[in-house]
Amino acid sequence: MTLRVNDLKVYYQTLRGDVHALDGVTFDLADGEIMGLAGESGCGKTTLGKSLIRLDSRMKHVGGTIELDGKNVPIADEKAMVPLRYHEISLIPQYAMSALNPTRKIGRMIKDLMKARGVDPASIEDELHRRLELVGLEQDVLNRFPIELSGGMKQRVVMVISTLLNPSLLIADEVTSALDVSTQRAVAESMVEFRDRGFVKSMVFVTHDLSLVYQMADTIMVMYAGHVVEKASAKTIVNEPKHPYTQMLISALPEVGSTEEQGRLEGIPGKPPGLLDPPTGCRFKDRCPLAFSKCSERPPLVEIEPGHWAACWKTG
Amino acid sequence: MWRYIGRKLFVYLLTFVIAVTINWMIPRFMPGDPVRSMLNRASISDPEALERMTTYYETVFGLDTPLYQQYFNFWAGLFRGELGVSSMLYPQPVLDIILRSLPYTLALLLPAILLSWIVGNRFGAFAARNKVLDNTVLPVGYILTATPYMWLALLLAWSMGIVLGWFPASGGYSFSLIPEFSWLFISDLISHWFLPFMSLFIVALGGWAIGMRNMIIYELEADYSNYLQALGAPRRLIRRYAFRNAMLPQITGLAVQLGTVIAGALLTEIVFNYPGLGTLILSALNNRDFFVLQGVFLFVVVGVLIANFIIDIIYVLIDPRTRVQMTGGGA
Ligand SMILES: Nc1ncnc2c1ncn2[C@@H]1O[C@H](COP(=O)(O)OP(=O)(O)O)[C@@H](O)[C@H]1O
Ligand code: SF4
Ligand SMILES: [Mg+2]
Repeated sequence: MTLRVNDLKVYYQTLRGDVHALDGVTFDLADGEIMGLAGESGCGKTTLGKSLIRLDSRMKHVGGTIELDGKNVPIADEKAMVPLRYHEISLIPQYAMSALNPTRKIGRMIKDLMKARGVDPASIEDELHRRLELVGLEQDVLNRFPIELSGGMKQRVVMVISTLLNPSLLIADEVTSALDVSTQRAVAESMVEFRDRGFVKSMVFVTHDLSLVYQMADTIMVMYAGHVVEKASAKTIVNEPKHPYTQMLISALPEVGSTEEQGRLEGIPGKPPGLLDPPTGCRFKDRCPLAFSKCSERPPLVEIEPGHWAACWKTG
Repeated sequence: MWRYIGRKLFVYLLTFVIAVTINWMIPRFMPGDPVRSMLNRASISDPEALERMTTYYETVFGLDTPLYQQYFNFWAGLFRGELGVSSMLYPQPVLDIILRSLPYTLALLLPAILLSWIVGNRFGAFAARNKVLDNTVLPVGYILTATPYMWLALLLAWSMGIVLGWFPASGGYSFSLIPEFSWLFISDLISHWFLPFMSLFIVALGGWAIGMRNMIIYELEADYSNYLQALGAPRRLIRRYAFRNAMLPQITGLAVQLGTVIAGALLTEIVFNYPGLGTLILSALNNRDFFVLQGVFLFVVVGVLIANFIIDIIYVLIDPRTRVQMTGGGA
């Protein structure tokens, strides 16, 4: 078992109060598993990703634990987290297009970063070249400034940088969202290949594009308003979802497994509750066609069949 | 790169030509008779000398030649380094008078601009990571930038020059001394230089420090900083990157501020009666000495243009983005 997240609560501190962006998130991620993390915009996907590697200054760890390869991940302890970052846990951020220092050549920036992380740049040089080639980039990109690369190239450079030290866990946040369809596919395939070659052990692949994640992920976890609603194998989530929210998400897809663009998650009437002062009980109850009295209590996430978890009173 | 520099050079050249033309036009198209008013002010009692001056200025203004001829003569003179003869210090050539004042102005300006920029940037970057310093630097910096040069100069001249008497508050050196290369004279020069320099330095310092502090804080929040932090890079590296990126707008700022700083220097000289171009402008104005005014104006314009050109080139050298745009590459 690589990653074990238990009842994780992370809030954003704002002037108007705490935003309950992660409110008791529990899941496991096995060795070699690529988990797609799906859900409407604002449900807490990025927050979960950041909570596994670095809380920003507004984020507060309120409760819960994270364990990686049997060791505790002390997320709230900035100092203790440093050795884990990059070596054990790494991130391809949602803003990958602007993640590179504009005034440093890419090769130079990688060298700086390696030295800063106590790695001899010469020792990874060959591997760096191999991986650039693997994602279809010329070695020459190392002599260029970020502005000289296209969006897709920058995305792939960040992908190579983030995985260069072979982290145990990689969080890939919306790596395909800013790309055109053909590049999306290439990037997604490279991600799988990185896992297959052991560059990363396991991966959380954040996306709002269910059909893409269906093709590459082993499992899919669906979040809603700061809660986990369902997690199962990609096949199960797409073909036999149990949670009413997942069912609505899937039925809103034009055609399961198709590569059609737009119009994914628009099919569900209403919108998710605000997280500043979230409602008690099941957070989906205002939009749920099956809601009944019991739903004013929070449904626990339970394993309804082996490897299939759901949080709904109707599926329990 | 060279095409870019060539284009810039062309723009600067054009500006220069326009400035010279305006410079040429001013005394010629002014109402009244400039030669007369100039001579009236020259307070020369010897009628023979006055006669000589009158003929001289009338030939130079070429009142009997057509305008375009006068214009070309003006340019031709310029290329031979002839800026005419001063009326207030007749018969000294304007060029000599200006070259005598120029070192004083440069000695004020260059250190004031460069040191305030360097120190201000360092200080601002430092303040950006130190709460206590930040809370003091910021308000002081804002007060300093809001202070007019004249005002601070007067304050310094009054407090440190007159009340405390630490530094001389007027002149370029003591009149009792003869300019020579001796320790006594040089230290006297420096003590006269100190207050006008300080007043320029201090006013400029606050602006650079605040600008740098704000830029650094902005850069530390930038995506590339967050990415490095997520990968566990130490603050040192992230700050170094932020500093480098924050420098770029500060360099542009230097180009933008240049005119203000030069104007400030000229005013400061007047306050301290410092024998540079500013003081020269004042006495030339009082004496209606158009040749000296023209000459100083020309020097100031050329100075500003050269400085801007240098900044342009530095900017291109350190910002890859401008370089990429110039070579037409990129995404
Ligand atoms: N810096 C912040 N301050 C306050 N609230 C935030 C901040 N960042 C995100 N949130 C809130 O947290 C919730 C989850 O956001 P996020 O994790 O970015 O969602 P996702 O990545 O799934 O689109 C949203 O409701 C969002 O409004
Ligand atoms: S718990 Fe109730 S409201 Fe929530 S999804 Fe299940 S049925 Fe719907
Ligand atoms: Mg997000």
